[in-house]
Amino acid sequence: MDFQLTDDQWALKRGVRELLTARFGPDELRAAAGAGSPDLDRALWRELGEAGFFALRLPEADGGVGLGLPEAVLAFEEAGRVLLPGPLIATHLAAGAVDGAATGEAVVTAVDGVLVEWLDQADAVRGDATGAEPLRSVDPLTPVHRVPAAVSPGADPEAVLLTSLLTAAEQLGTAARTCELAVQHARTREQFGQPIGAFQAVKHLCAQLLVRVEVARAAVYAAAVTADPVDVAAARLLADEAAVRGARDCLQVHGGMGFTWESEVHLFLKRAWLRTQRTGGDTESDELLADDLLAGMG
Amino acid sequence: MDLADTTEEEEFRARLREWLAKVLPSLPPKPSPDDWPGRRAYDLGWQRMLYDAGYAGLHWPVDAGGRGATPTQHLIYLEETEKAGAPYVGANFVGLLHAGPTIASEGSAEQRARWLPPVLRGEEVWCQGFSEPDAGSDLAALRTRAWRDGDDYVVSGSKIWTSHAEVADWCELLVRTDPTAPKHRGISWLAMPMDAPGITVRPLRTLAGSTEFAEVFLDEARIPVANRVGAENDGWRVTMVTLSYERGTAFVGEVVACRRVLGDIAREARGNGRWDDAVLRRRLGRLNAEFRALWRLTQWNVSEAQRTGGVPGVGGSVFKLRYSHARQELYDAAAEVLGPEALDLGREWTLDRLSSLSYTIAAGTSQIQRNIVAERILGLPKGR
Ligand SMILES: Cc1cc2nc3c(=O)[nH]c(=O)nc-3n(C[C@H](O)[C@H](O)[C@H](O)COP(=O)(O)OP(=O)(O)OC[C@H]3O[C@@H](n4cnc5c(N)ncnc54)[C@H](O)[C@@H]3O)c2cc1C
Repeated sequence: MDFQLTDDQWALKRGVRELLTARFGPDELRAAAGAGSPDLDRALWRELGEAGFFALRLPEADGGVGLGLPEAVLAFEEAGRVLLPGPLIATHLAAGAVDGAATGEAVVTAVDGVLVEWLDQADAVRGDATGAEPLRSVDPLTPVHRVPAAVSPGADPEAVLLTSLLTAAEQLGTAARTCELAVQHARTREQFGQPIGAFQAVKHLCAQLLVRVEVARAAVYAAAVTADPVDVAAARLLADEAAVRGARDCLQVHGGMGFTWESEVHLFLKRAWLRTQRTGGDTESDELLADDLLAGMG
Repeated sequence: MDLADTTEEEEFRARLREWLAKVLPSLPPKPSPDDWPGRRAYDLGWQRMLYDAGYAGLHWPVDAGGRGATPTQHLIYLEETEKAGAPYVGANFVGLLHAGPTIASEGSAEQRARWLPPVLRGEEVWCQGFSEPDAGSDLAALRTRAWRDGDDYVVSGSKIWTSHAEVADWCELLVRTDPTAPKHRGISWLAMPMDAPGITVRPLRTLAGSTEFAEVFLDEARIPVANRVGAENDGWRVTMVTLSYERGTAFVGEVVACRRVLGDIAREARGNGRWDDAVLRRRLGRLNAEFRALWRLTQWNVSEAQRTGGVPGVGGSVFKLRYSHARQELYDAAAEVLGPEALDLGREWTLDRLSSLSYTIAAGTSQIQRNIVAERILGLPKGR
C-alpha cells in the first residue's frame, strides 16, 4: 500500500492548477458572475481539450492521454477549486464517443435525472432533453433546464458512477478552496485589535473546515482507486458535505462581506448546492451505503 | 496512489491470519470489567503470546527490541487482530503506545534495557501520570514537585485520571523540577515504581460505573535520579514525543471495530423492524460513509508516515477530532435502533455509548485539538 500521490500525479495536479489559475482565476470568476447570462468560453474549452482534460482517460491508441480515474479525479478537483464553468463531466465522459469532445471542439452535456446543465450552449446532448424548460438557476455560472419527469431516461450505470465520482472531486476542490479563503480572511481581517482568526470561535470554524476537507479527500481519492460503487457513494456524501458546509462557514467567517455579490464566496456555495443534486443526490448514496451494511463489510 | 498490499504485505497478512486462527481459540475466557487483577493477567498473557510469536513491539525500532516493521505492516497487524476479535491492548496501552516509544526514542541504553523488554514480554504494566487536578488541557501548569536529595528525587503532589493505576508497576510521571523557570521549561519526565512508599492510589468511578482511572497521591515518594528520561527540565519536549505517538496510531484498531459494530447495528435494526424507517436507515448509511472515510484517512496517514520515516504527523489531530465525534454518533444511532432497550445497562452498546462520551475529552479535548489544527496546520494566530 502506498496511498499517497505519485510524483507524476503531483505534477499533473500542479500543471492543471497553473493552467486554470492563469485562465480562470478569481478575477475571471468575478467577471463571469457579473456578466448576466453566462456564456461558455469556447477558446478556454479548446485549451482544456488541447491540455488533455477531456481525453485524459482515453487510451493513447485512440488519441487520448491514457491515464486513469485517479488522474481524472485530481484534474476535476482543480476544476472545482476555481469553479470552472461548463458541462465538464459530460464532455469528459463523451470523449471518444462524441466527435470533437476529446479535443474540446464540441461541448457535450447530459440529462441527469430531470436536470440538464448548459443545454443551450451544448453541441450534443446525451439523453432525451425533449420538452426541456429553463430554470432561473441559483448558480449564476450554470444555466439549468428541467426536462419532464416522463422522458427522463435511466442512465447508463457506468456514467452515473463516474459522474458521481467526478462530482465528488469537484466538491473536494471547492471545499479546499473555501477553507483557504476562510483562513486567509481570518488571518488578515482585524477586529478588537487582533486578527479574527485569533478568536477561538473563528479558529474552530476554520479547523472544522479543514477536518471535513481532509476526511473527504481520503474518501474521494480512495474511491478513484477502487471505483467501487459503495466507495464512490461514501466519497460523494462526504465531499458534498465538505463543499456545502465549507462554503457556508467560509461565508460566516467573511461577515457582511460574505453576503455581497462582489465577494466570490456565494459562488462556491451555489455551485456546491447545484452539484449535490446530480445523480439522484444524497438519498441514493445513503441507501446504497445502508444496504452495504447488511451485505457485510467491504 | 495504491491501496493494494505489496507481495511482502500480503505474506505478512496471511501469516498473521493463520497464527490468529490458531491461537485465539486457546485464549482463556475474558475477565469481568471489574476484576482488575484478572484483566491485568489476561492482557499480559496476550502480550506474552504476541511476544512468543514475534509480533510484540512490531512497530518499535529493532534496537529497542522491536521488529522494525513498516507503518503499513503495523496497520495490517491492527486491522487483522481486530477483525479476528483478538484482545485489545488494554493494560498494555501506556507501555506499548506511550512510555515505551518515549523511552525507545529518548532513553539511555541502560534505561531501554531495563524497561523495554518487560513491556514487550508482557511482564510489566505502565500508567500515565500527566494530568493533575489543576492541570488538564493546560498540562504545562502541572505542580507536582520534585526536589533533588542525593541520588533521589523526592516527589510530592497529586495526579488524576490515571488510567490503570491500580494495576500498574510503573508510572510515566511529569514533575516540576524548577518552579522558577517558565512553565514549559521546569518539567522533568520520571519513571516511577508504583510500589514506592508514599504513593496512595484512590480509584475513581466513571460515569459508566466502573473504575477505569484513579487519583494518585504522592507524599515524599523517592524516585532515583537515574529514572529520569531526558535531561532535567527538558520533560516538556520529551512529553511532546509521547503525545505525538498517542495521537498518531492509537485509534486504528478502533475504527475497524466501529465498522463491525455498525454492521451489527444494521442487522439488529433489520431484526427489530427499525430498518423500515428511512430516516434511521439513511443515518446508518451516512455513518457507513463516515467510518469508511476514516479508514481511508488512516491509510492515507499511515502511507504518509511511511514516506516520512514513521514520524506521526499533525494528521493525527484531524483524525482524532472526526473520529471521536463519529464514535459518539455511532452509539447514539445504536440507541435509536434499540429504543427502550437502550436504557438497559445489560446491553453492551449501552455501556459503549457511555464510554464513548470520554472520547472528546481524553487525550486532548476536541476544543484543544481544534486549536492545534488551526494553529499548527492552518497557521492561525494564538489568541491573547
Ligand atoms: C477516560 C479518561 C482517561 C484518561 N486517562 C488519563 C491518563 O491515563 N493519564 C492522564 O494523565 N490523563 C488522563 N486523562 C485526562 C485527560 O487528558 C484530561 O481529562 C484532558 O486533557 C482534559 O483536561 P481536564 O479534564 O482537566 O479538563 P479541562 O482542561 O478543565 O477542560 C474543561 C473544558 O474546558 C475546555 N477548555 C480548556 N482549555 C481550553 C482552551 N484553551 N480553549 C478552549 N476550550 C478549553 C475543554 O475543552 C473542556 O471542554 C483521562 C481522561 C479521561 C476522560
